[in-house]
Amino acid sequence: MMDAIGQPLERADAHLKVTGAARYAAEWDLPGLAYGAVVVSGIARGTVRAIDAKAARRTPGVLAVLTHENAPRLRPLPDKLGKVLLRGEGGMTEARQPLQDAEVYYAGQPLAVVVADTHERARHAATLVGVTYDEQPPELAMTTARRQARPATFLGSPEEKLQVSIGDPAAALAAAPVRLERVYESAVTHHNPIEPLATIAHWEQRDGADFLTLYDTTRFLTGVQQIAAGAFSLPKENVHVICPFVGGAFGSKGWLFAPPLLAALAARMVGRPVKIEWRRQDMFTVAGHRSATRQTLALGATPDGQLTALQHDTQSHASLVSGFAEPCANLSRMLYQVPNLGFTHQVAHLNLPSPSTMRGPGETVGGWALECALDELATELKLDPVALRLKNYAEHNPETGKPWSSKHLRDCYARGQALIGWEKRNPVPRAMREGRYLVGYGMATTMYPAGRNAATARATISADGQALVESATHEIGNGARTIFRQISADGLGLPVARVRFELGDSALPPAPNTGGSVTTATVGPAVLAACRNALRALRQLAVRDAQSPLFGAAEEAIEARAGRLQLRAAPAQGEDYGAILRRARLPAVSAEGSAKPGPEKKQYSFYSFGAVFAQVRVDEATGVIRVARLCGVYDVGRVMNPPTARSQLLGGMTMGLGATLMEETSYDPRTGHPVVRNLADYHVPSLADTPEMSIEFLDNPDPHIGELGARGIGEIGCVGTPAAITNAVFHATGQRLRELPLTPDKLLRAATRA
Amino acid sequence: MMNPANQTQFIDQGLASDPTNRLPVTLTINGQAYPLQLESRVALLDALRENLHLTGTKKGCDHGQCGGCTVHIDGQSALACLTLAVMSEGKAITTIEGLAQGETLHPLQAAFIRHDALQCGYCTPGQLMAASAWLSGQPPRTAAEIQEAMSGNLCRCAAYPNILAAILEAQGA
Amino acid sequence: MHPFQYQRATSTAQAVAAVAPEPGATFIAGGTSHLDLMKEDVHRPSRLVDISLLPLKQITALAGGLRLGAGVSNTAAAAHPEIQRRYPVVSEALLTGASTQIRNAATLGGNPLQRTRCPYFRDPAQPCNKRAPGSGCAALGGINRGHALFGASDACVAIHPSDLAVALAALDAVVQTTGPRGPRAIPFPELHRLPGATPQVDTTLAHGELITAIDLPAFAGRSHYLKVRDRASYAFALVSCAVALEMDGEHVRRARLALGGVAHKPWRLPAAEALLVGEKPSEKLFRAAADAAFADARPLEHNAYKIPLGRNLLVQALLETSGLQALAGPAGTAFAASVGGLAGTFPAPY
Repeated sequence: MMDAIGQPLERADAHLKVTGAARYAAEWDLPGLAYGAVVVSGIARGTVRAIDAKAARRTPGVLAVLTHENAPRLRPLPDKLGKVLLRGEGGMTEARQPLQDAEVYYAGQPLAVVVADTHERARHAATLVGVTYDEQPPELAMTTARRQARPATFLGSPEEKLQVSIGDPAAALAAAPVRLERVYESAVTHHNPIEPLATIAHWEQRDGADFLTLYDTTRFLTGVQQIAAGAFSLPKENVHVICPFVGGAFGSKGWLFAPPLLAALAARMVGRPVKIEWRRQDMFTVAGHRSATRQTLALGATPDGQLTALQHDTQSHASLVSGFAEPCANLSRMLYQVPNLGFTHQVAHLNLPSPSTMRGPGETVGGWALECALDELATELKLDPVALRLKNYAEHNPETGKPWSSKHLRDCYARGQALIGWEKRNPVPRAMREGRYLVGYGMATTMYPAGRNAATARATISADGQALVESATHEIGNGARTIFRQISADGLGLPVARVRFELGDSALPPAPNTGGSVTTATVGPAVLAACRNALRALRQLAVRDAQSPLFGAAEEAIEARAGRLQLRAAPAQGEDYGAILRRARLPAVSAEGSAKPGPEKKQYSFYSFGAVFAQVRVDEATGVIRVARLCGVYDVGRVMNPPTARSQLLGGMTMGLGATLMEETSYDPRTGHPVVRNLADYHVPSLADTPEMSIEFLDNPDPHIGELGARGIGEIGCVGTPAAITNAVFHATGQRLRELPLTPDKLLRAATRA
Repeated sequence: MMNPANQTQFIDQGLASDPTNRLPVTLTINGQAYPLQLESRVALLDALRENLHLTGTKKGCDHGQCGGCTVHIDGQSALACLTLAVMSEGKAITTIEGLAQGETLHPLQAAFIRHDALQCGYCTPGQLMAASAWLSGQPPRTAAEIQEAMSGNLCRCAAYPNILAAILEAQGA
Repeated sequence: MHPFQYQRATSTAQAVAAVAPEPGATFIAGGTSHLDLMKEDVHRPSRLVDISLLPLKQITALAGGLRLGAGVSNTAAAAHPEIQRRYPVVSEALLTGASTQIRNAATLGGNPLQRTRCPYFRDPAQPCNKRAPGSGCAALGGINRGHALFGASDACVAIHPSDLAVALAALDAVVQTTGPRGPRAIPFPELHRLPGATPQVDTTLAHGELITAIDLPAFAGRSHYLKVRDRASYAFALVSCAVALEMDGEHVRRARLALGGVAHKPWRLPAAEALLVGEKPSEKLFRAAADAAFADARPLEHNAYKIPLGRNLLVQALLETSGLQALAGPAGTAFAASVGGLAGTFPAPY
């Protein structure tokens, strides 16, 4: 029964959010709360010689100053968390625990925590801590760094190889009648959710054992729980992580664990709950970022546009204590039918902060390079950009040979062309004008891998006819609280108004991190399983209860509809859930359910697809680019809630727009200090930068991903948009800009050269 | 409303020589007077969030660059992070907790829900406070005027088209 | 934030008397720039004297011009009908600056005194002669995409960020102050100084000297502001341009031009101004003026783009001010002044 799924229901937590009542991590009021302020490194490479905290300790209200010399000891991070490689080349995170040694690997690295009775006193005292260093010259240039690595896989996943050669790309390129090789460079970008990182840590003794509660900005409750438990040598059950609302994540707040551990260390030291709210400035160093990339794309093709070879080589950078590789070939490996396909990934280790996943990791900037190169090839061959893509349409996964689970990309192209008015596009660059502006149209293909993981949930039906469904998943703006409520309602045969869905607490049935655009497909089936199990328990009560109209009925003959169990064949014969429970003198019936992927991934290749079309206008005299329209048509499986899904897509597209036009974090080339470290210098798009946006879903349920038929939507909007805009800028101006972001200086430089 | 000039003495008055000592500061928030003891350096934002646990006003950047901490001061939108609490004495402060009339949402709040003009929700109170002050008592604005006037409220989830639609609708309400 | 003494003043004399004797004391009005820098640990005043309650919030007529109280908010000034009508360059500059909320708090007296946006100045971990004299200029060999083309020194290549100041420089506004030595009037172009060897000193104001008003002299010409930035709104200028043009029939009688984003102070362009006088407006003339304006520009490693950008912007501003091209929006609005306009194809804004 699918009554609620697919309905345009209002967000379940919208009222809390518009009234200011939604409680985020920094907003829990604990008795005795103290405040931690972090002292960060003033150099990028070296060793701390001494930390002088005398003045800070003398400041009124200061309770403690933690440094590597006096902080409690932590056990090292594990090599893996679940299947995810944490440490080493290709690993996910910073393989280092905070305040355990004197080494400095990047500017802005946490070196001390000052704890005081007020926020103001802690922050001020932190400025009084003096640090001296044995400084060494930092390594800051990606292309010349001495330590370069070629990780075999992304995060240790055998399915995500980073060094691949199929056929003979070199020979095929050499032999190709048409050959094109281009270098594309993208800047460091930061997630910059409007809610900064924050943790409140609270230690208690429970039954004689240490018990740690963390109110943390995280989209990975069980990860923080496991990492904190391991670091402090506690059983997992003695760490409780709470986060009912995340103020945006976009790839951050997931895998860098130092912030919650620092708060836990500080709270342990002072014997009071401690809150650390990170400053916006710190978000540029401790919260992760998307590495800069330098990508070389080589395409070989026949004169009529058939691709014969594709080689995609990526250089990115990680810190000295992280092996994270931006997996830029994710589109190149599967998007087009290319017989000779190669890609490599090289990671330079620099004295810069540790990178992390950021919305569409690999896909956003890797897809930009590929889809710009395709556009360049189309220009070279005088082919329509859409026609070139159709010419190389992959009917099955070219890397693995597996069939797609579901792919309707041709429909996306066609619909996108209609939406943007592609037929109005004069294919000649610089041919379209509107007043003083050059006008251009561009397009790109987008995709995002789909999949699912294991998860659990619990459903509880109460005697008052209400239900509560719970899972330790996360509300990061993705609408989890809303769509899982809808799924629960359908799973329980209840109207949505009688169902509540709770999340954001590690004490709930476990769910994985929220990321990789897999949450609906992962948690949704677990929710359905829990609901089914709860209904089964209710049915069993009914059929054994001589006073029930369903007494003695076969369980499979009973259906759940609108809060009633009834005979499928005679719906009038039945009763509501509450009646069954009340007669049984039970306040509620509760059941857990779990779900995990089946063998489908061995049989099919799972991807969401889409096509993005952009219209831009360019003021060539000043280099100013504005996006007039963005049209995205997405093939993402079944959509749970059209408005919230649309919101995620337009958010992704806008983040892609930001990365294309304005987002860039630069580091001083000599000292490694972030030179962009606030939201006045790091430009995220504003309402004034928002184009007219048209977003459509094809709404073809995926027949193989699970009974919900839903693939992911969280990231695909961010992918594709950068290339569509960049290609539109070329069409407007005739200038190929191959360096993100496309700020006015770059266009002016190109125009000056031309 | 009290006249702050009459209410408070000036120049070397009432301040202890130790500057970290706390001053008596009475803030009038959502129509209620809150007598507090605060250091002079406490920002209105921290007074709201840490001292009064009115956490609907959000700290996003703490430097006037995101708009998340927007409140009304004497009817105008203001950034609580760049306002000293002590300078807010005697002024009428409205926070998101005071925007609705009891159970009745402000038309903008209702429109934000209807148009899904929020995702993670963290910038939402600031968006609402900025829009409500700016629209109050004014003739309807054009879409472009809204785009321009609301550009100081960053939404990283980028609910922007929906925010625009919600404001356009609500200003007619 | 370092602790400080807080005091409220109810007269300018009291305010001056409170600040003047104490080297670490300073005035606070809107506080939008000051508190930002205090939270960055860049400003560490020992005493804040609150001037926000002083009766400096009037806009009055003055000998054919206007006297703007220093405590008038940016919002109030931008919307003032006489400023809109006679000095649209002021409204346009104000409305392209900051955000609605900041404009509500910021004051006309404080706005021109805001300090540079140079990222090295704002980060106490990095060298900066303006923040810590003698520590060096990190921007000189660092990331200097936003830095000065004119008037910089080996000690400092920072730029002044105020939009309003650019407009006031072009109008030859006069700053009225009162201080320990009594009142005085400062021609606006003389309010700010070049960095030289002492970049820590932004202005020619004495310690304890308080801006009480800004006078706009009589002006019967056309004025206009154009601004280019990295984001469609709510961003500091890469380069901006203020034009005040007075005509004699078809010929330019007097032209005053100022650039923002290119120097430690609003940068007047006397050579270009002189070229225009007596001439009939044309794109060719304006190009010549723009070439003259940038003849002595001295780019750094990352900011050479500001030369073609500034030239083109100046030409565009002159074309629009002279009426040879239409404004992008109604005079006195952000729409007139924002190069590139808003994203989208939403219904026409005006």
